[in-house]
Amino acid sequence: MEMNQPIGRTPLDDRPDGLVGKPLDRVDGPLKVTGRAPYAYETHALANPAYGMIVTATVAAGTITAIDSDAARRAPGVIYVMTHENVPAQGEKKEQVWPQLQGREVTFYGQPVAFVVAETFEQARAAAMLVAVTYDKAKPRGLLRDRLAEAYEPKPMTTSPGVKPDSALGDFDGAFAQAPVKIDVEYTTPTQIHAQMEPHATIASWETGPDGDGVVLYSANQMPNRGQPAIGSVLKLPPERVRIVTPYIGGGFGSKLQAVPEATLAALASKVIKRPVKVALTRQQEFHVATHRTDTIQRIRLGADQDGRLSAISHESWSDTAMGDGFYETSANVTRSLYAAPNRVTKHRMVNLNLPIASSMRAPGEAVGQLAFECAMDELAERLNLDPIELRIRNEPTEDPEKKIPYSTRRLVDCLKAGAERFGWDKRAKPGATRDGQWLVGLGVSAAARQNPLKPSSASVRLGPDGVLVVRMAMTDLGTGTYTILTQIGGEMMGLPPEKVRVELGDTNFPKAAGSGGSFGAASAGSALYVACDNLRQALATKAGINSDEAAFADGAVKAGNRSAVPFTDLVGEGLEAKGEIKPGDMEKKYSQYSFGAHFAEVGVDMDTGEVRLRRMLGCFTGGRILNAKTARSQAIGGMIFGVGAALMEDAVIDPRYSYFVNHDLAEYHVVAHADVPDVDAFFLPELDDKANPLKSKGLGELGICGAGAAVANAIYNATGIRIRDYPMTLDKVLKGLEERDLQRRT
Amino acid sequence: MKAFTYERPATVQEAAQLAADRPDARFIAGGTNLLDLMKLQIETPATLVDVNRLPLAKVEETSEGGLRIGALVRNADLAAHPRVRKDYAVLSRALLAGASGQLRNKATTAGNLLQRTRCYYFYDTAMPCNKREPGSGCAAIGGFNRIMAVLGTSDQCIATNPSDMNVAMRALDATVETMAPDGTTRAIPMADFHRLPGDTPQTETDLRKGEIITAVTLPKPVEGVHIYRKVRDRASYAFATISIAAVIAAEGAGKVRAARLAFGGLAHKPWRVAQAEEALVRTGSADTAADAVLKGARGYGANDFKIPLTRRTLRAVVAQATRT
Repeated sequence: MEMNQPIGRTPLDDRPDGLVGKPLDRVDGPLKVTGRAPYAYETHALANPAYGMIVTATVAAGTITAIDSDAARRAPGVIYVMTHENVPAQGEKKEQVWPQLQGREVTFYGQPVAFVVAETFEQARAAAMLVAVTYDKAKPRGLLRDRLAEAYEPKPMTTSPGVKPDSALGDFDGAFAQAPVKIDVEYTTPTQIHAQMEPHATIASWETGPDGDGVVLYSANQMPNRGQPAIGSVLKLPPERVRIVTPYIGGGFGSKLQAVPEATLAALASKVIKRPVKVALTRQQEFHVATHRTDTIQRIRLGADQDGRLSAISHESWSDTAMGDGFYETSANVTRSLYAAPNRVTKHRMVNLNLPIASSMRAPGEAVGQLAFECAMDELAERLNLDPIELRIRNEPTEDPEKKIPYSTRRLVDCLKAGAERFGWDKRAKPGATRDGQWLVGLGVSAAARQNPLKPSSASVRLGPDGVLVVRMAMTDLGTGTYTILTQIGGEMMGLPPEKVRVELGDTNFPKAAGSGGSFGAASAGSALYVACDNLRQALATKAGINSDEAAFADGAVKAGNRSAVPFTDLVGEGLEAKGEIKPGDMEKKYSQYSFGAHFAEVGVDMDTGEVRLRRMLGCFTGGRILNAKTARSQAIGGMIFGVGAALMEDAVIDPRYSYFVNHDLAEYHVVAHADVPDVDAFFLPELDDKANPLKSKGLGELGICGAGAAVANAIYNATGIRIRDYPMTLDKVLKGLEERDLQRRT
Repeated sequence: MKAFTYERPATVQEAAQLAADRPDARFIAGGTNLLDLMKLQIETPATLVDVNRLPLAKVEETSEGGLRIGALVRNADLAAHPRVRKDYAVLSRALLAGASGQLRNKATTAGNLLQRTRCYYFYDTAMPCNKREPGSGCAAIGGFNRIMAVLGTSDQCIATNPSDMNVAMRALDATVETMAPDGTTRAIPMADFHRLPGDTPQTETDLRKGEIITAVTLPKPVEGVHIYRKVRDRASYAFATISIAAVIAAEGAGKVRAARLAFGGLAHKPWRVAQAEEALVRTGSADTAADAVLKGARGYGANDFKIPLTRRTLRAVVAQATRT
């Protein structure tokens, strides 16, 4: 199916009380909590693996003058030490998958410079410490702020080639100059680390057979079908000779979108020693060997009339990545579609630094873009003495302001209003006016918007003589609930209870699927399954001699009208199989597709210490058809909690002298703890989007983080009257404002 | 991690002897800090002397009306001990402000005394650090030093002691009891137990080679409101930016009869200044006390905020203690 027209009525519309939408517990939950769900590092499918450990560069820029690996080679249990001097030949970099151990040049701290393979993990780790690398150090290319003069216009991302880095409409400069009310502010966001629970891990087995070489990678990978050609390019293998198996993943948040060095190194080592090799990154290595979200500098200019109607919007963003890499943070993309204004500019610029590779992290672009933009809107509302919700309502567009096409659905205003009512927004007072003991209390709001893509995806279904529907696709479940929602879709389409549906994911031997990322996973994989089930329904109806338009599927049987039901088991013989495929089509060109929502946060700011603590938070969202009320809510509040961390603490600090992330462990890189998120809730307004996909659903994986941190930041302003424009809003920055204000009061 | 020899001595003195005889020996109890350091090869002991089965896990009353806390008493047990909760609440509160439930179940009293700094540069063997590798330099000076010290620093080291427990122990005038390899014992006041970095930041305590901590003794309880105020970047599981352990006896607002004030996060050891306590009793003014505490304080850039933060937090603590 190609999504060229609205889907019309579907079997999922027929049963409002059906399986889809129910808060079904995770079908893989019992396996996970009892340790029977093998993650990449834990699989026993490849016998007798050796253990690898990566040795990383300790300088950010320079040349390797010598690698002394004699001691490591002689250490107990060591099988092989791989360096640039003996690494097998590799092919070309593709996307963000890089050949490893290429020559003497070092361009970032944490760059792999050797790979030690031993009989045990402990032996590999001990021997890795014995590899002595000496460098001719160079001065690293320091901070983004210091390199703005050389910032350049990036090339469009390979993942969305049609989206240009810059956009312009009307006459921004003229309109901004004439606007009676202006905001011109700069916000900065720091480097952030994915910090997913499961580290990057791979067990690789190089296999030589009659058809030539190939590799099997048991590897934590969000998008295995995208990984095949990329890692194949580096390993000089055709994509179909790279098999990636990844049934369970312990979180990714974008860091496992691309095969990272550990998979390549394990594959190369396996090729040499002719034995499986397993490797996981240490937590410290996660900060440098894996990817991160770049820091950004963003300038936002808003011009409005006295009533708050925007005439001019400009959003510019600067970001950075590794030397030779082309990734840039698309912070301003969402601004193109969020609020009405006739004159508008967005611009992205980037620089290359001696830092590790920047890449996608949950809601790349939107997450940090809305941290800045939604605070700028709050500043404008403050300037106009207008409620920030009212400001957003006054700038609600009737169509996408840049694409000039209608929205498929847009209930942003409804989310703002419904959320405000449930949250008690009317209790919001003037800045600095509410106290509770030593706490200054404030409320903040932000809009949320995240693009809703559909990606090509396919699925196979097979109804067996045992009456069980087996679903297969190379889709992944990061812990988000994919197994569960696919069980629900398959079950409802075929009239089967969840226990009669078995979903098998995470193997590139299965039909190609979109994978998990960019909020497209559930819609794309779920739609492929929908189509496959639709085809299976037709096949069953034909076998039963029923016109498929009249056929009803329930309780493991098909029936039509008053005729008696025919059990599937009478129809499928040895098993009946069907395939399904979904592709994006005209609908994404004719309609602007976004998920929307609104965040409301209440914070307390300690008037003595400047400590900020979230007191409660509420999100109201729309995401088309909700496939599982429980996993959808979990996704939403998970994103919101992520946003609280972005607002208050997440910050990988760069020491420009050494050009590395100083606080590279989870003791000093803070993500929120339970005590930081005492009361977080989310709810959804009913919605069906018949332009999005056959499920009429929309992406939810990233919507929750979009704008969440801005609501917290705006609440800090409302609590204190202090506007901080440099994330995260740690107590030292709040304290500076409190001190300055106390000083003013005394003088 | 480097390979090491593992020993499990039967007596305290045997443990001390093993630690004295073997080069690069370390005692291991909860291992909540040492194992992390060994994995990163910041600590590379040749011998681990496991003291977990030694009979040092009791809390006993002393004849002076105080408490003798065995070296192996776990942080969770100490925080929950009825006498500690009743008479030494500042200690209980400090312990519960630290780490996580899982860590407090493992971490011991003596181990907490010996907890090493969280300085980012100490934790990365690729970086210069005089504490980890004497003579290599200090990357924190001129670097990112948000968590570093503002008092008692040297041009060799600006690291802090990260423990919460130590700050309360200092306020309570605890004494550290030890046994030497020859069986002799001594009692070291908390004031003298931790050292300032000076020119030897690698030497963090007054302990001698092989000397093993057997207990920490608390004198009889002192009257007053017990407060442990920890200012931190997230609501739990974060080291203090600064902290204050206070025991303050007040007679109405602004009138302080007796005060003990110890500070964490400011220096290489828990910081306590007698003049500050005297000033608070004499004047009732937290600002005057803060002046005495912060005398000679200097920021290194990212940690400048600790100086006003200490002043403001002390004001809040005194106000809380003297609220009628």
